[in-house]
Amino acid sequence: MLHVGLHHFLIVSAVLFSLGIYAVVTRKNAIMVLMGIELILNSANINFIAFSRFGNFGLGGQIMALFIIILAAAEAAIALAIVLNVYKTFANVDIDEINKLKE
Amino acid sequence: MDFTSLSNSISLIKPEVVITITLILLVIFDLIFVKQKSVIPIIALIGLFIAGIFVISDLQQSGFAFSLSGTGSKSGMITADSFGSYFKILIILASILIVFFSYSSNEIQKVTDRLGEYYALIFGMILGMLIMVSSSDLILMYLSMELLSLSSYVLAGFTKLRERNSEASLKYLIYGAVSSGTMLFGISMIYGMTGTTNLNEINLALRHIQINWLTLSFSLILIVAGIGYKISAAPFHFWTPDVYEGAPISITAFLSVASKAAGFALLIRFLKTAFVSDVDMNGTWHLIQVFDWKLLLAILSVLTMTLGNFAALWQDNLKRMLAYSSIAHAGYLLLGVVVMSNIGVEAVLIYFMFYLLMNLGSFYIVMLIANKIGSEDINDYDGLGYASPFLGVSFAIFLVSLTGLPPTAGFVGKFYLFVALLDAKMAALAVIAVLNSVVSLYYYIRVLKHMFLTKPEPAKETIVTPLPNMLFILALLIPILLFGIYFTPVVNFAESCITILGL
Repeated sequence: MLHVGLHHFLIVSAVLFSLGIYAVVTRKNAIMVLMGIELILNSANINFIAFSRFGNFGLGGQIMALFIIILAAAEAAIALAIVLNVYKTFANVDIDEINKLKE
Repeated sequence: MDFTSLSNSISLIKPEVVITITLILLVIFDLIFVKQKSVIPIIALIGLFIAGIFVISDLQQSGFAFSLSGTGSKSGMITADSFGSYFKILIILASILIVFFSYSSNEIQKVTDRLGEYYALIFGMILGMLIMVSSSDLILMYLSMELLSLSSYVLAGFTKLRERNSEASLKYLIYGAVSSGTMLFGISMIYGMTGTTNLNEINLALRHIQINWLTLSFSLILIVAGIGYKISAAPFHFWTPDVYEGAPISITAFLSVASKAAGFALLIRFLKTAFVSDVDMNGTWHLIQVFDWKLLLAILSVLTMTLGNFAALWQDNLKRMLAYSSIAHAGYLLLGVVVMSNIGVEAVLIYFMFYLLMNLGSFYIVMLIANKIGSEDINDYDGLGYASPFLGVSFAIFLVSLTGLPPTAGFVGKFYLFVALLDAKMAALAVIAVLNSVVSLYYYIRVLKHMFLTKPEPAKETIVTPLPNMLFILALLIPILLFGIYFTPVVNFAESCITILGL
């Protein structure tokens, strides 16, 4: 019987974090990049909860995770509004195409 | 938590409470006075003035607010001290100036029907910054940074008049969300290693617990990425030129001054509270030997100023040039942090006061000229010194001050930074900074060359500056010239504001 310990959680969160960074770097669609950002935030969440559960640090980590969930929702709302606005102006959400500045 | 400690805590955050109330009032008045939007800036100004009075009257007040473990504890979510108050004064001063700034901006006046939203978002930024400068808990640091960021993402694309607005806000959003996400991951690892998010308790933990060096360094670098993005230090500066160019000028000016000040306050408090073991007689900070902060910050600072200055040389858009110049200034300011001493912090405080005046002044003039000729391109500035001698001469003084030449305040600010560096025996960094200032002279003077030495083919018609705008410029210009000669009051004030409460 496999015992699930702190390490398992940390590995999952490290993998999520890496996948998030990978998505941000490689994806061209703005929505995909935002999904990568969600992965990064959630990997930190897993860390917080795992540490607070296995480290006997009290409930601080779980409260932090709650804050982050709320914040991620707020960020997603604002991000999608901005992406919608960009789509209205450029008829496109491809990050490489949106490059009018810099000339 | 008992009632007395709660009321004590609230008495330490009066300015933040005032700003929050004003934010709510702004939203309500926006709904009530649908036709009369001119009342909105007045409410904003009143709120800012009251908050400013609270900050100044409680300048030397100090203490920990919202301690988790009851009264009398040596730590809390918020630390009130004179260092934080100094930055709060800077932020509120910048906000008051930005209200006037927005009032004379054509871009903002075109969207008068959404003025309520505009000021509500600005107050969201102000609230985030005020909490940032006094937060001594990693949770609160992150949350206040996000409060600032979320409001500024929207404001960067607020006017929606041109394509570049939306692009700026998308780029700001993506870079900002990624760097704050990585910062959060770093915070989560610090929490795992030390068992707490409070900076004072992290300090204790670092002294007593054996911590894996590699993991700690990795998480600290992730946190520096988050803060470095806020202060636009290289290599986290990629958003700066695009966002500064694309955003409405009033927001660009606000980001370049206030948001940068808040980022620096956060960085200094983070270093001082969590990593300094003791401060000796000369005011030098002794770091806990866990991480080489001096090396990391010195590299960042040299990279930032060199990159900022050299990239600015090729810019034809004035907003973009000022964006690179503000990156370079972040590099100079980081030098004051690298010193890791009370003198270094004092130099940063002095520099910020002058940087606020001269940077806001330059952006204001760029905005006035953009209002008139509809362009920020340097080639359209040909002969402007003759079309409007007042704007030309004041712009010249602001740019000379940004370069750091006497007899302007910019010189005094740089002088104190270099003295702090030499005092800490870091002459090599001082030399690099001086060489960088020489490079910066080229692109600042290039603007003057276009304004005064190039005559356009059809002579430009004279630009008349209305009296209120002229008064606003003079209000920024006179202190710059005055403090360039008589700077003792600012220096004394900064000297009295270097207390960072900690263990």
